[in-house]
Amino acid sequence: MMPTQEEIYEALCKRHGKAVQDKLAKAKVAIAGLGGLGSNIAIALARIGVGQLHIVDFDRVDLTNLNRQHYFIRHLGQYKTEALKEQILQINPYIHVTMDCLKITADKVPALFADADIICEAFDVPENKAMLVNAVLEYLPDTWLLSGNGMAGYGQSNAITTRQILPKFYLCGDNISGNDTKSLMAPRVAICAAHEANMAAELIIEHIGKEE
Amino acid sequence: MITVKINGQTMQWEQSMTIQQYLESQNHTLTRVAVEQNGRIVPKSIYSTQHIEDGDTLEVVSFVGGG
Repeated sequence: MMPTQEEIYEALCKRHGKAVQDKLAKAKVAIAGLGGLGSNIAIALARIGVGQLHIVDFDRVDLTNLNRQHYFIRHLGQYKTEALKEQILQINPYIHVTMDCLKITADKVPALFADADIICEAFDVPENKAMLVNAVLEYLPDTWLLSGNGMAGYGQSNAITTRQILPKFYLCGDNISGNDTKSLMAPRVAICAAHEANMAAELIIEHIGKEE
Repeated sequence: MITVKINGQTMQWEQSMTIQQYLESQNHTLTRVAVEQNGRIVPKSIYSTQHIEDGDTLEVVSFVGGG
C-alpha cells in the first residue's frame, strides 16, 4: 500500500519535528554530477525529505560504477538521472524531482541553476569541478555552493573535512586524494558525500530564509 | 616587502606578483583551481593582470579527480 503524502510527512515530522521538516520541504537543492558523490548526496537528501531535487548528469550507469555509486544491477545502461529519480521516488514519491541529462558548461550555469537554494558540486573531472565552482561563484553569488574535493582511497576517514571558503561556499573532502593515484571506493566516497549532504541540511535548517 | 596570507599561511614577498605568477610558481594547473582574494572569487580571465598586494588574504582551491 502506497503511503499518502500526509503519512510520509507525518513520519518525517515524527523524526525531525515539524519546524525542521517544513524548512526541508521548501528547500530546492541541485546536484551537479550523479556519480559516487552526487548519487549518495541525492539519496541522503531524499531520505530527509528535501522538497525539490534537481539532478543533472549526461552519463549512463555502468557496471564499474557499482563499487561506490548508488545504483543497482537493474539500472545498468540507464541514464543516471532516470535511475536516480526512480530510487528517490521509491523513498518518497512526493519529492519533486527535475532532471537534466546534459553536460554542464559555464555558460549554461546561470539558467540551469537559477532557482536552486543550494548547488552541490559532484563532478569527477578536476577541470569540470573548477569550471562549475568558478561559474557559480561568479554568476550565482547569492546561491549556496558545496563542493567535494579529494575522497579517493580507504581509511583516513578523519582527513575528510568540511571547510568554509567563502560566506556561501563550503568545501568538503581531504583536498588531496585524487583518483589518479588511489581508487575511489564506496566507504570513503560516501563520507565526502555525507559531508555535503549534512552541510546542505544544516544550511536549510539554520540559514536559508534567515538572510533578509 | 609585502605581507600576504595564502591558504592560512602568512608570508613575506619582495614585491607583489600576479595571481597567475603565483599559481605557476606553485605548479598549479590553472584549469583546476578556484582563487578567492579578500573574500571574493577572482575570475580566471584576470589571473594574469590581478596583483596580490600587501595585506591580501587568498584562498586557492586546487581540485583533484574523483567524485
